[in-house]
Amino acid sequence: MNAIVKQLTGLRDWVDDRFPLMTLWNDHMGAYYAPKNFNFWYYFGVLSLVVFVIQILTGIWLVMSYKPDATLAFASVEYIMRDVSWGWLIRYMHSTGASAFFIVIYLHMFRALLYGSFKKPRELIWILGMFLYLALMAEAFMGYLLPWGQMSYWGAQVIISLFGAVPVIGGWLSEMIRGDYVVSDITLNRFFSLHVVALPFAIAGLVVLHIIALHEVGSNNPDGVEIKKHKDENGHPLDGIPFHPYYSVKDSVGVVVFLILFSMVLFFIPEFGGYFLEDNNFFPADPMKTPLHIAPVWYFTPYYSILRANTVNFFFVPAKLWGVIFMGLGVMIFFLLPWLDRSPVKSIRYRGGLFKGALAIFVVAFVILGYLGALPPTPGRNIMAQICTVIYFLFFLLMPIYTKLDKTKPVPDRVTH
Amino acid sequence: MSDNAVDTGRRQFLTGTASVLGGIGACFAAVPFIASFQPSEKAKAIGAPVEVDISKLESGQRIIAKWRGKPVWIVRRTPEMIEALKKPLAGQLRDPESKESEQPKYAQNEMRSKNPELLILVGICTHLGCSPTFLPSPDAAGVGENWRGGFFCPCHGSKFDLAGRVFTGVPAPTNLPVPPYKFLNDTRILIGEDDGGAA
Amino acid sequence: MRRLITPILALVVAHGAWANEGPALQDANVDLRDTASLQRGAKFFVNYCVSCHSASFMRYNRVAKDLGIPEKAVATDMMFTTDKIGETMQVAMKPADAENWFGVVPPDLSVIARARGADWIYTFLQSFYLDPSRPTGVNNVVFPSAAMPHVLWELQGVQRAVFKKEKNAEGKEVDVLERLETAVPGRLTDAEYKQTVHDIVNFMVYMGEPAKLVRYKVGAWVIAYLLVLLVAVYAMKKDYWKDVH
Repeated sequence: MNAIVKQLTGLRDWVDDRFPLMTLWNDHMGAYYAPKNFNFWYYFGVLSLVVFVIQILTGIWLVMSYKPDATLAFASVEYIMRDVSWGWLIRYMHSTGASAFFIVIYLHMFRALLYGSFKKPRELIWILGMFLYLALMAEAFMGYLLPWGQMSYWGAQVIISLFGAVPVIGGWLSEMIRGDYVVSDITLNRFFSLHVVALPFAIAGLVVLHIIALHEVGSNNPDGVEIKKHKDENGHPLDGIPFHPYYSVKDSVGVVVFLILFSMVLFFIPEFGGYFLEDNNFFPADPMKTPLHIAPVWYFTPYYSILRANTVNFFFVPAKLWGVIFMGLGVMIFFLLPWLDRSPVKSIRYRGGLFKGALAIFVVAFVILGYLGALPPTPGRNIMAQICTVIYFLFFLLMPIYTKLDKTKPVPDRVTH
Repeated sequence: MSDNAVDTGRRQFLTGTASVLGGIGACFAAVPFIASFQPSEKAKAIGAPVEVDISKLESGQRIIAKWRGKPVWIVRRTPEMIEALKKPLAGQLRDPESKESEQPKYAQNEMRSKNPELLILVGICTHLGCSPTFLPSPDAAGVGENWRGGFFCPCHGSKFDLAGRVFTGVPAPTNLPVPPYKFLNDTRILIGEDDGGAA
Repeated sequence: MRRLITPILALVVAHGAWANEGPALQDANVDLRDTASLQRGAKFFVNYCVSCHSASFMRYNRVAKDLGIPEKAVATDMMFTTDKIGETMQVAMKPADAENWFGVVPPDLSVIARARGADWIYTFLQSFYLDPSRPTGVNNVVFPSAAMPHVLWELQGVQRAVFKKEKNAEGKEVDVLERLETAVPGRLTDAEYKQTVHDIVNFMVYMGEPAKLVRYKVGAWVIAYLLVLLVAVYAMKKDYWKDVH
C-alpha cells in the first residue's frame, strides 16, 4: 500500500516539475478560500457545470446515431429512442438536461441579483456569465431544430424571421442564417455544426474564463462582505475555508439532491407536461403546414412575450421591429447591471425596501411574461404582457434612482451566521 | 481551522464509503453508454439471416451472397475438386483439421461443409480483412507452384484451398470462417442461422 | 349550412359535456401493465390500421419481445407486408396511390399517440358519424373533415349526428351537434367496442415509446441508489463541516 502511494506521489511530482499541477489544484481547489457562509443559492454554479458535463457526454453519444439530414433527422431520433440500446436514456438525459441547464442558470443569475454578485469588483465575472447565457441560448435554439419536428421547424422559422425585421438588410440577413429561402436541410446542417462543435467550444472556453475571473477576485457571499479584508497570520481570510474539502463535500450533497430531482423528471415525466418535449414535436416537420399554436420552449417564453407585446408602430418604426428591438434589449440590458446599481451595499440583507420591492416585482413580471409566452395570445393577455414588459424595463432603467434613494442597513465587518 | 478533536478514522471511513458508493454509481452510469455501442436493432435486422437460391449454381461455379454486409461465397465443387481436397500435400496446410478456425461443428471436417459438394464461406481473409479472389483452375497464373484451385488474397498474398483452408507460408493465421447455415430444401439455403438458432 | 358550420364549432361528444376549446375528450385509461390488452391491441392495430398507415419505427420482433408474443405467432398472425421478423411495420399501399384515394398520404402512426395524445385517439375512433357530404360518407367530431373512412364500422356500427339549434355570439341561429346516436348497430356492443378501441389506443401508446415499459423500473432503482448515496455524502459533509465554526 505504502509503495503504491509512494509511486503515485512520485508520478505527481514528476508531472508537477513539468506542469503547474499543484499550483492549479491549490489555486482553484485546495487553497482557494471561499466564504464559509454560502447558502442554498450557492449550489447553482456547480450544478450548471454538472449539467454542462451531462450535455457534452450525452451529446457526444447522440451524435453517433443522429443524422443531420431533413429526410432522416426525425427518424434518426426515433431510431435512438428505440433501436439503440439505452438510446432512450441518453436522449432523455439530453432533452431533460437542456431544460435543467436553464433552470440552474436562471437560479444562478437570481442569486447574483440577490447578493449583488455582479457589483465591483466582479463586473467581469458577470459579463462573462452573460456571454455564457447568450451562448447557451444560441446552443439551445439550434439544438431544438435538430429533432426536426413541427415545433423545431416552425420555432426556427419564426425566430429566424425576426432578423428579417432589421431595416434594409433584414431579408438578406435571414437568408444568410438559413442558407436558403426557408428553413431547410441546409439550415439543419449548419445548425448541427454550430450546435455540436462551435458553441460547445465557446461555452467551455467561457466557463474557464468565468471561473478564472471568479477565483481571481474571490467569491461573493450572502452578506456581500469582502472576506479578504481580514486575514490570519498565514494570509488566509478569517471567514474563508478551503474550497476543497469543505465545499467539495458540501457541493456533492447538492449534486446528489439535484440528480435525484433530475432523475425524477428524466424517468417519470420526461415531457414535463409538454414543456420539455412538446406534443407537436412528435409530428415530423412539414413546411406546408403550421401547427395551430406555436410557442418557444419555456426558457425563451419571457422574451417571446416581450416580442409579442409590441403591437403598435411608433416613431416611424413598425411594431415588428420594435418587438425585435425590445426582445434584444431585454436580454442585453442585463450586461449593464453592474453600472445601473448605485447602492453602496451588495447583499439584499442590507438593502432597503425599495430594492427588495423592485426585485420582487421584477421576478413576478418575469414569471408572468414566461407564462404568457407559452399561451396563445388574446387581447387581455397582450395587455398583461405589455404591462409586464414595461415593469421589466423599468426595473433596470430606474435602478440608478431607487438604489441611490434606498435606505440601506449597515453592513457588518465579518460574515454572519 | 483544523480541530484537534477531529476523529480521522471516522472521517476516512465516511469519505471512503461515499467514494466507493459514488464509484459504484459511476460504473453503473457508464453501462448504458457502453451498451449503446452494440449493434442496434436496425443493424440486427439488416444482418438477419438471408435465403439464397442455389438452383442455378452450376458445378465449379461460385455465387456471392451478402450477409451482415459481408460477402458469403457459395461454391459448388466438382468431383475432381473434392478428390483433390482429400489428398492435401503434407505440411502444406496450417490448420488442416480446422482446430483453430471459426466454423460451426458440422463444418469442422476436411470439406469444411455439411454437404461435401457445397462450400459456404465468409469471404473475408483472416489476415486483415480483404476479400480473396476465387481462382478455381489449377493453371491459374501468378499463384505459384502446386496450385490446385482455391482462393488468393491480393492484399498480402494469403492462399486458401477449395475448402477455405489456409496454406502455410502466408500471413493469414486461420482458415476462412464458415457461417452458420442450413438447407431449407434442395435449392434454398439459409445463411446466418442453423438448427441451433440465429447466429 | 351544416357542412360549413359543424367543423369549426365547439362540439359535444357522447357524454354531452361542453368544452371550451375543441370537443371534450374521453379518458382512454391507458394501462401499459395490461399485457393482454396490449396484445389484443397489437392484433387489431395490424389488422385494421396497417393496411393504410405505416408504423415505420416499430419492429415486429420488438412487439414480440415486449408484449410476450412468440415470434412465430407474430410472423403468422401479424406480419402481412413482410416475412422478416426484424422488419418495421410498413404499409403495402404506395404513397402515390394513397394520395389518389384519400387526398393525403395516411400519416405514419409510430409516435402519433405522443403527438395527439391517447385520449384524442380514443375519442376519435368513437366519433365517426354519417355525413353524405364527405367523400368517405362519414365525418368525425374530433377531427372534422378527416380524410379517413370509418375503418371499424363493422365493429361499431354506424352513428348518426343529432343537431340542435342554438344562437351563437352574434345572435345567429346555427346548428350545433348535440350527440351521436346509433343508426345501424355493429357486431359489437357499445362496451365491447369501447374495450376494442381502448386496446388499440393502449397499444399505440406503447408503440409511441416502447422504452416506457422499462423506464419507470430503471428510474426507481436509480432514485433508490441516489437516496442511499445522499445519506453517505451527507454524513461525510456533516463530519467535515464540524471543523467550520
